[in-house]
Amino acid sequence: MTVDPSLAQLSDTLFSIAVALYSVAVVAFSAQLAFGRRPVRQLVPAGGGGATEEVPAAPPRSDRWGLLGLAFTVLGAVVHAGVLVTRGMAADRLPWGNMYEFATAVVLVGVVAYLVLAVRVPALRDIGAFVLAPVVLALVATGLFLYTETGPLVAALRSSWLAVHVSTAILGFGVFFVSGIASVLYLLKLRSDARGAGADGSILSRLPGAVTLDRVAHRTAVFGFPVWTFAVIAGAVWAESAWGRYWGWDPKETWAFIAWVVYAAYLHARTTAGWRGRPAAWVNVVGLAVMVFNLLYVNMVSTGLHSYGGLD
Amino acid sequence: MTTTAPPRPAAAPQPPARPSAGARAWGLWLRWWRRLTAMRTAIVLLFLLALASIPGSLLPQRSLNQNAVRQYYADHPSLAPVLDRLWAFDVFGSPWFAAVYLLLFVSLVGCVVPRLAEHVRALRAAPPPAPRRLLRLPDSGELATPLPAPAALDVVEEELRVRRYRVVRRSGRDGSADPAGSSGMELSAEKGRLKETGNLLFHLSLLALLLGLAGGKLWGYEGSILVTEGRGFCNAFQQYDTHSSGALVDSEDLTPLCVDLVDFQATYEEDLTAASFTADITYGGPDDEGVPTTIGVNDPLRLDGDRVYVTGHGYAPRFTVTLPDGTAFTDVSAPFLPDDQATLASQGALKLPDLGAGAEDQLALEGFFAPTGLMQGGVLTSIDPRPLNPQVAILAYEGYLGLDSGLPQSVYSLDASQIERGRLTEVGGANLSVGETLTLPDGTAVTFTGVDQFAALQFSHDPGQVWVLTAAISLLTGLLALLLVRRERVFARAAPSPGGGTVLSVGSLTRGGGESATSFAELTGRLRAALDERSPTPSAPSPGGATPEPEVPPRDR
Ligand code: HEM
Repeated sequence: MTVDPSLAQLSDTLFSIAVALYSVAVVAFSAQLAFGRRPVRQLVPAGGGGATEEVPAAPPRSDRWGLLGLAFTVLGAVVHAGVLVTRGMAADRLPWGNMYEFATAVVLVGVVAYLVLAVRVPALRDIGAFVLAPVVLALVATGLFLYTETGPLVAALRSSWLAVHVSTAILGFGVFFVSGIASVLYLLKLRSDARGAGADGSILSRLPGAVTLDRVAHRTAVFGFPVWTFAVIAGAVWAESAWGRYWGWDPKETWAFIAWVVYAAYLHARTTAGWRGRPAAWVNVVGLAVMVFNLLYVNMVSTGLHSYGGLD
Repeated sequence: MTTTAPPRPAAAPQPPARPSAGARAWGLWLRWWRRLTAMRTAIVLLFLLALASIPGSLLPQRSLNQNAVRQYYADHPSLAPVLDRLWAFDVFGSPWFAAVYLLLFVSLVGCVVPRLAEHVRALRAAPPPAPRRLLRLPDSGELATPLPAPAALDVVEEELRVRRYRVVRRSGRDGSADPAGSSGMELSAEKGRLKETGNLLFHLSLLALLLGLAGGKLWGYEGSILVTEGRGFCNAFQQYDTHSSGALVDSEDLTPLCVDLVDFQATYEEDLTAASFTADITYGGPDDEGVPTTIGVNDPLRLDGDRVYVTGHGYAPRFTVTLPDGTAFTDVSAPFLPDDQATLASQGALKLPDLGAGAEDQLALEGFFAPTGLMQGGVLTSIDPRPLNPQVAILAYEGYLGLDSGLPQSVYSLDASQIERGRLTEVGGANLSVGETLTLPDGTAVTFTGVDQFAALQFSHDPGQVWVLTAAISLLTGLLALLLVRRERVFARAAPSPGGGTVLSVGSLTRGGGESATSFAELTGRLRAALDERSPTPSAPSPGGATPEPEVPPRDR
């Protein structure tokens, strides 16, 4: 099981290309926001009554920017997937054996989740800049701080549970990532709505409505929660065969549990009087913060059995 | 989503005058009980549980790493004892952590049991009657049809049954007359009760999981031991290097099992990443012929309720000690603990208390072992975890080791206090390759003869494990039903229209995510079509010449 250096090299190159493509997408989405139709009420004589009516502006140029942004996002996602595929081929294993690969895969899931949502709910295309900008930041940070040479896996990771546990953790994390962004945008939108900034053409006013954002946040979390639950259970099953106990309050386990509890609280809060709306959204944001903390702090600072980060 | 609150037990009947102390206490108790079992309390408790586990991940924990706790004591001598008194180094065994999860447990029981009873009743009961103000439901609308009321409801019923609703027809609210003067006919339909079943299964599984976890902790135990090739151990606490056991474990009662390590292999990738550890062992009862098997990382020996794991490995350098009088102790060895997993540079001590006659004639070797040694600037280091060129850097001590002083001491290092007190003195030191000898001033020869591998083995007994796994699987199943299934209720009421024919009011109530408005619009669309199909002459004008009322679009959109 030797590493193929040219494939490993290719993977690193693709990483840079993916970041570049996403950056172009951010520019295009920003252009969409900047030149976008302002939701100014246009006064149009309707019928013969002379009443005013709100009509959508003529086929907006901004939509072309939006489509361009989407196109670059799709291209970026394809190349991004290539990063992982070539890495996996280079080392002849699943490409999530260290933090660099894990983070790269999580961000990919986030991008794909956004794309799926954008296809199904066209209003969500408008949040492209707000998803892709954190994506670029996350990838650059991953490349700068978490980069690890392609290499073989340590013995404890050589198990089919790697595929089950880590891939579901990545899936859950990526979906929570999108959910968290939707809740942040929801909170921002509520604030701008409260200030009556609806029609002034500010960037926030072009976001989808608060209700849509809140619903996206909830529905993605509803998808992410069972996936995360499964990932934690699979992790426990794996720990039982690899470490001799299914649960030992190792820091990573503890924080996975904390995240699980926070997301359960979010789902509850959404259905509890007095917690709906703003407080619930904050719980979701805390959930995302916990997930990121778990990825960064627990791998880099604390030492536990999960220290497979590949950073020394 | 929650438009109906889970029913609570009825309030305690208050006697009209001067409630007795007992009744007042009961009232107080009920009030607290209701507060504790409210969903809001559950959220707060969930958060508390999350908060409570944070110190457990930020501070060193005894259950994970005793040394880290000792280190913390050394680094923060004044803070550590205070934290210790707050159980900060045993968070997950602390009374306050237990208090939070016990409260959560009680809260869960309190909210699940009444709901369970309610759900069992609801499973047998018919869908609830239609609300009085049907058109106030979030999704509702009116449909006009020339059909008479019973026939119009027949159409609705058929349509709903096709969609797998359970349907009941009722003759009208409590049989009493409507304000309009004529008693309406109504219909209630329901599907998706699996959602509530899933909800209860989820919450009950959570309870079961907590019980399994606690049971496993109380009746479970764990022991770790380093075993050199060719040796073995039997399952008894005295034999283990470290062990921990639950409060209800009887140490007389451990599974009688012995394990011998026959051979250990570690293989490495080219870049020296550890690729696999495998241990060939034999196992069986103390008096049995051992059964041979191979265990490894991710592949423990599983017996009924017990498991044996390989958790690590290392080297045990072998020495032959020859006393001046010619007495030889051949190939004595002790495991040296790896400091660095990448190169297996290790440290350890070999204690020989029984060399001579007196208590002061003891010998010990303490030092450093490198499986592939390299001298760098006069210091021995290891550059490879494989035993390609084993070397040791040892210091020899003679004197009193303090093994029988009554105080426990580490097998992997010498008792520093004996050295400080001068009862144990350094008498020589050398870097040795295999076959080389260090001769001490008194003529004792210490020869480095080779190296054995040892495996770190762990014996675990957790009777709750299968139970916990089962609970986890049913928890996930319940969760999926809870989150994916939508509970939908549809109500319809038929009233004669003033102009002849019937006006159907239709409303629906959905619990669970998703777009309820679109599916309701789709349902009413189908109903419209089906009603028109059944009408004697769909295009016939109603009496009075008015065209049939257009469908009122669903409100609230
Ligand atoms: C006193 C304790 C609890 C009560 C009274 C309670 C009550 C409920 C109720 C009524 C629902 C249904 C919400 C709805 O569909 O309208 C629910 C859903 C749920 N519960 Fe609990 N629960 C409790 C504790 C817990 C705990 C400890 C957890 C997990 C850590 C949990 C996790 C969930 C989840 C994930 C849902 C799904 C939320 C959704 O429908 O979107 N619950 N709970």
